[in-house]
Formats: sequence, structure tokens, C-alpha cells
Amino acid sequence: MTGAPLLSVQGLFKDYAGAPVLEHVSIEVDEGAFCTIVGASGCGKSTFLRILLSQERPSRGEILLNGAPLPDEPTPDRGIVFQRYSVFPHLTVSENLILAREFEEAPLTGRLYGPARARLRNEIEGLLERIGLSAAANRFPAQLSGGMQQRLAIAQALVKRPRVLLLDEPFGALDPGIRLDMHELLLGLWRERTMTVFMVTHDIREAFKLGTRLLVFDKVRHDPQEPSAYGATITYDLPTGEIAPEDLRKAEAIVNRVPPGTA
Amino acid sequence: MRIINRRPGRLTALALGGAPFVALILTYAVASHYRRLENPSDKLLPSLESMGSAFWRMAFEPDRRSGELVLWADTYDSLWRLGVGIGVSTLFALVLGIAIGFIPHVRRSLAPFLATFSLIPPITILPILFIVFGLGEVSKIALIAIGTAPVMIRSTAQAVIDIPREMVIKAETLGASVWQMITRLVLPQVLPRLITAIRLGLVPAWIFLISAEAIASTSGLGYRIFLVRRYLAMDVILPYVAWIALLAFVIDRLLLVLSKRAFVWHHLEGDSL
Repeated sequence: MTGAPLLSVQGLFKDYAGAPVLEHVSIEVDEGAFCTIVGASGCGKSTFLRILLSQERPSRGEILLNGAPLPDEPTPDRGIVFQRYSVFPHLTVSENLILAREFEEAPLTGRLYGPARARLRNEIEGLLERIGLSAAANRFPAQLSGGMQQRLAIAQALVKRPRVLLLDEPFGALDPGIRLDMHELLLGLWRERTMTVFMVTHDIREAFKLGTRLLVFDKVRHDPQEPSAYGATITYDLPTGEIAPEDLRKAEAIVNRVPPGTA
Repeated sequence: MRIINRRPGRLTALALGGAPFVALILTYAVASHYRRLENPSDKLLPSLESMGSAFWRMAFEPDRRSGELVLWADTYDSLWRLGVGIGVSTLFALVLGIAIGFIPHVRRSLAPFLATFSLIPPITILPILFIVFGLGEVSKIALIAIGTAPVMIRSTAQAVIDIPREMVIKAETLGASVWQMITRLVLPQVLPRLITAIRLGLVPAWIFLISAEAIASTSGLGYRIFLVRRYLAMDVILPYVAWIALLAFVIDRLLLVLSKRAFVWHHLEGDSL
């Protein structure tokens, strides 16, 4: 790789009302990487993702995206797929997909009519086909299965062609069989487009399978008297291509560990 | 089978639903019958026939003095006041509710004021309205609007706050401006809840309407009831009360049908009353 990294995080700290969640997080990520993020529950991996999205601000530290400081609020250069509530329930499948283009073309109303709308519907036909929802184009999200809803959410997040795609446990609520289909779809889309992916997951096998780089969040310091005294940081940063079996076991142990104070 | 798992069929449901109404009418008819056995000119519980003929007279025989069909003139006047009052409240609920629910600075500035204002019993404002606006239509409409708007604004604002944060963020990542988020995300998500707010607001709205008409008016359903009260004309009052209840019921159902037609997505999950 040459040139500056796409994303650079230096000395990131995050605390909520004095309780640290993340500490000393520093990482550089090149364009085109697929970073999977794992860790025990409550270790701040979702917080890290929300900071990358600008949904939350770091308490300290610097984040550079493409050499410039991260914007203060969510912007179209970073797409997001949540586990739930990702798509708009009052819009049909195709309306969900053309929405971003409507925002572009109709600044005042955010809505297009007639031929302009038909043109946008034509534009997204390929995308609908790609996610296998052509037959469901006029249905509302509540009429779709969980897997179909998440396929729609991913496609919707890609309409603006973001350089960074953030996924917060996108397949957490899906059946194992459906998950496999979703993996295929996501990997395919990632290869087709130049984008950098950050995906939080509970499933370590999923993390190894999908990612080019595995980030494990964990606490390095523990105070048995006060479990919330220290925050978590990136304890493992592994390229997934050349992973040793003992690393896999260690990572698995961290992910499956019951956080202190909850048992 | 346990009773919670037994579902009534169509016919049973109809019979169950009608039973309380039939029971009420029967009870009344029996009570009225026995009172009139003692005193044939009893005014308190007039017979169903005399109520029917009084209602017929109000609805289809022109008034001797004004030449109007009294029932319809009253109904028109009352519904007009109710409609304009609720319309004003709805407009306030939309504009202020969305502003308060969506924009933190507006919320900080208006929410405490609104919470305080909504605690004033609206009827206590009525004398002020009469002094300021006179005894005409404006003060009656203002009473309905003032009485219903605060609660409707608050429930609309709450509906905006209840929109999952994820959706707002998603809209931001799709490049929406604040105004576009209002037109394409907030407004459509809030409208079905606004209709619910209108349905709930109509209950106090009727109270304020009848009160205002009773105190100072020359027409309207409330005016008529309090006018004929002087003659103990229960044969007019009772049908009028039933008529008002019917109007309120029909308006409520129409709003529910409107919500189900216009916001299919909102009614895909769960039952609604």
C-alpha cells in the first residue's frame, strides 16, 4: 500500500459521565479494507462504530478521514446499516432506495413526481435485482422477512456510494442459513465497489470469514473492585489471511467472556 | 378452551356489541313506562315515541319563528365551530410539535412553557376570551383551540421524539437536509399519530364547545340543550345528547378509516381501537 491511510485514529478516548469506555485507541486503516470488530459485550465496539459515524464525539483524540478531521455529524461519505430500524417503515422497498436520489434532486420537497420519479425507479432496478427484491419492490418493510429487510438496508446505504460502510451487528437477528446468503451479498458488493467496511459482530467465525482484518476490543487493565474503572482498547489487530489457531482461540475466549459484574 | 383464546364469530360479535345498547334502551323504556303509569304527563322520563316525535319536529319541521330546520342549523353551527377549533389545534400541533420534537433548542425553549400552560383549566380562560374577543364565534373557537392544542402539541412532539434515532441518522447519511428530513421522514411518521391525537383531542373539544355554547350563544347543539332545559324538555334534550354522541362516534370512526386508508404501513402491525 502506498500513500496516506483512508482512516487514521490517534489516541482516542471516550467516557460517559466519567466512566471510561474506550482508551488509547489508535489505528490506521487503508482504503478497501474489510475490518471486522469483535469483543465482549459492553466493551465499546459499538461505541467505536458510532464515533466513526459521528453519531458520538470522542472525549479525546483525533480521527482523520482521508486526511481531514472527521465531520461533526453523520454525512453521506459514511453509510450505515443498523441491526434494527435501518429502513423507513413508511416507504415501500423501491421508495426506500430512491429516497437518497430524491434528496439530491429535490432540495425543497425531497420528493419527485411523474417522469422524474419513474427515471429514478429505472435507475435502481439493477440494485433491486442484485438484492433479490424485484418482486417485492412495492411492499412495505413490515411485509418483508428480517433477511430481506437487511438486504434492503445494505442496498439503501450504498445508493450514495459511500467510501466507508459501517455495519453494527447487521445480521445479529437473522437465522444462520440467511446469514450465509447475506455474507455472499455483502462480500460481493464489497468487491464490486471501492469501499472500506467496518463491521461489528458477535460471531467470531463470521468475523474471520468476512474480514481482511480483525480488530478485537478488550480491557487490558482490570480493577476487580470496580469493573468500570478502565475502558477497552484494541488488543488484537490481525490480518485474517494468516491467522494462527491459538490466536483464533484467544479471540474466541475474549468474545465469549462474560463481562465482570454481569454474571 | 380458556376464555382468552376463544374468539367470537361475526354474528356473536355483533350481538355482543349491540347488547349494552339494547339493555340501556330497554331499561329506560321500562322505567319510563312505570313513571308514566303514575303520572301520564311526566316530564323526566318521556316515552320513546314522544322523544321520536320531538326529534322529528326539530329535524324536519321548520321553526315557527326563524323558519329553520332547528336540528340541522344547530348541527351545522356546532360542527363548524368544532372543525375550525380542532383545525387550528391540528395546525399548531403539527408546526410546534415537530419543532419541539425535532430541534433541541426549540424543545428547551418551549417545552417547559407548554407544560405549564397546559395545566391551566381551559374553562377558566373563557371569561378572558369573552372579554377580549366578545361573545361571538372567535371566543368559542379560541376556547376549543386553547383547550385541545397543548395536549395535541405535546403528543405530536412525543411522536417525533419516539422516531428511532437510527432512522434520523440513516437519513443524514443519505444526504437529507433538516427540511427534507421533516418532509420525508418526520411528517409521514407523525401523521398517523397526529390523527390519534385529533381523535383524543375531540373528546375535550366537545366539552368546550357545549360549554361555550351554553354560556353565550344563539345557536348550536349546546345552546339548544341549555335553552330547552328551562322547560324541562327532556324529550328534546335526550335525543340531542344521543345525536351528539352519534356525531362524535361517526367522526371518530371516519378518522380511524382515514388513518387506515392513508397510512397502510402504520396499521400493518397490531390491532387498533
